[in-house]
Amino acid sequence: MSEIIQGIEQALNLIITMNPEVMQIAFLSLYISLSATIIAAIISIPLAGLIHFSEFAGKRAVIILIQTLYSVPTVVVGLVIYLLISKSGPLGFLGLLFTPQGMILGQTVLIIPIMTGLIISALGGVDKGISDTLIALGATTWQKIIEIVKEARYAILGGVVLGFGRAIAEVGVAMMIGGNIRGETRVLTTAITLETGMGNFPLSIALGIILLFIALIVVVALHLITYSLSRDSAQILGGPNG
Amino acid sequence: MIRIDRITRSFGTSETLHDITLEIRKGEIFTFIGPSGSGKTTLIRLIDLLDVPTTGRIFFDGQDTKTTEAGRLAIRRRMGMVFQKPAVLNTTVAENVAFGLKFRGVEKRTIPEKVRSALELVGLSGFEERRAVTLSGGEMQRVALARAMVTEPEVLLLDEPTANLDPVSLELIEDLILRIRAEFKTTIIMSTHDMNQGQRLADRIGVIMNGSLVQSGLAGEIFYQPHGRDIARFVGIEPIIGGVVTENTGGHALIRVGNVCFEAVTGLEVKKKAGLYIRPEEITLAPAPAPIGKTSVRNQIVGHITKMIPNGPFVRVTVDCGFPITALITRRSCTELGLTTGTRVIAGIKATSIHVLPEE
Repeated sequence: MSEIIQGIEQALNLIITMNPEVMQIAFLSLYISLSATIIAAIISIPLAGLIHFSEFAGKRAVIILIQTLYSVPTVVVGLVIYLLISKSGPLGFLGLLFTPQGMILGQTVLIIPIMTGLIISALGGVDKGISDTLIALGATTWQKIIEIVKEARYAILGGVVLGFGRAIAEVGVAMMIGGNIRGETRVLTTAITLETGMGNFPLSIALGIILLFIALIVVVALHLITYSLSRDSAQILGGPNG
Repeated sequence: MIRIDRITRSFGTSETLHDITLEIRKGEIFTFIGPSGSGKTTLIRLIDLLDVPTTGRIFFDGQDTKTTEAGRLAIRRRMGMVFQKPAVLNTTVAENVAFGLKFRGVEKRTIPEKVRSALELVGLSGFEERRAVTLSGGEMQRVALARAMVTEPEVLLLDEPTANLDPVSLELIEDLILRIRAEFKTTIIMSTHDMNQGQRLADRIGVIMNGSLVQSGLAGEIFYQPHGRDIARFVGIEPIIGGVVTENTGGHALIRVGNVCFEAVTGLEVKKKAGLYIRPEEITLAPAPAPIGKTSVRNQIVGHITKMIPNGPFVRVTVDCGFPITALITRRSCTELGLTTGTRVIAGIKATSIHVLPEE
């Protein structure tokens, strides 16, 4: 147990002293996972809208497939992306292996299913009466879709936050695509793995705490953005439906 | 304003609406009444172009609504709709009311003023910045009404607008509907399962039963001269059946039911079978024996009370005269006349209060 207390002390120490190496690792983690989250959201929101708002044969099958992919192990995504971007792979010419960009690609692929699936659920959760009301108010198809997406914003936010959570917490892709190269592709999770392997438990715990701290900042920021989209500033303080 | 020409609507193998033809005039309040599940909502949705008929056509202001999606949108934008269950978007009241204007690309500067006057119309001035989802059911329904009216529609559609409301909110909405017609000359089409509401609001009523328009006409025609037994039941008349016309002099007929002879006004010929339809509130009751004065009440039928069911300030009294007759009497007269179950009474019915329908 003393490792945990030491870890907390060390975390505070590292944060207060702004230890350059830890800061560099933390920022890289944030940069990679946030980039992956943004790219995945840009892809997932329209994709989920397309699936939700159109009727086609096999729609249910597509949704089941997406939900199945929630469970894809990070190492399997890592492996597949590795094969794609390794020197001899079809995307090898891009030179993405062992780069942060390659890690962003991997994490994006990893979290698109969960984001898309949750956004489909979010859109489906909007009352059918809302859709009818919008049409009756004279909305074009696009106007209707935009308003429904806005109406589902809190639930969509949930999907995006979970996507970010999965990205920043994963080790498989970061390790296999990034390679845990010190100063280049080492992120918090790979650093924790390494330090733990070396028996450096307090540092590992400190890095874990820093990871959660970053997550806190990102989640709060995402909430602020979502609320400001609809001038719901009162809800930040915990209004109804918040 | 709206002409409905032989429309049907099927969902899968079941036909929800059969062969409905109807014309709704500019500026009138037309009410569809009918039991729940009779197809009123489906019909209103078709009129608002939220749905397309399986067969048949709907014309809006002479224009066929079977056209391109853009054409249908343009027509739909000339109408406003209020649903039975108001759906408000999770934002402010003002933004909820502004949606129709926003969708139509109305100049942004003019929106707040239009929203303000629409909210004033429905009595929700000052509610602009309230969150719509926190309102009560009645307030939400008024927001829905303001939202529909803000675009100044030519036709306002209301699908059971008061079905889920308390009596106070109900009265508010009814007053609003009448005010909107008076102020804006809006053509109003609404549905209700409350026949009294139909009577209070409508110029003309269409009765929908099992997906068919079974009768349409002025409120009085529907309430006093229903076209059939089902309609009669729905508008609150329990018919006396098994009558036979025994005499008819120029429309003034005698109709025998069991041992009782009724005087009624009908063109039905002698020996034809007839059903008698009498509104319960048209029947007077007096304890028997009672002095039979010279009144216009021609039919004095003796029977005894079998059932008394309180109904608000009224009591529904069922009298067995060889056949059951139901009268609607105020609670006060019940007490004053000392009516209880078993009391022998004379039921008085004016000849002109009896609506006679032929029976097969």
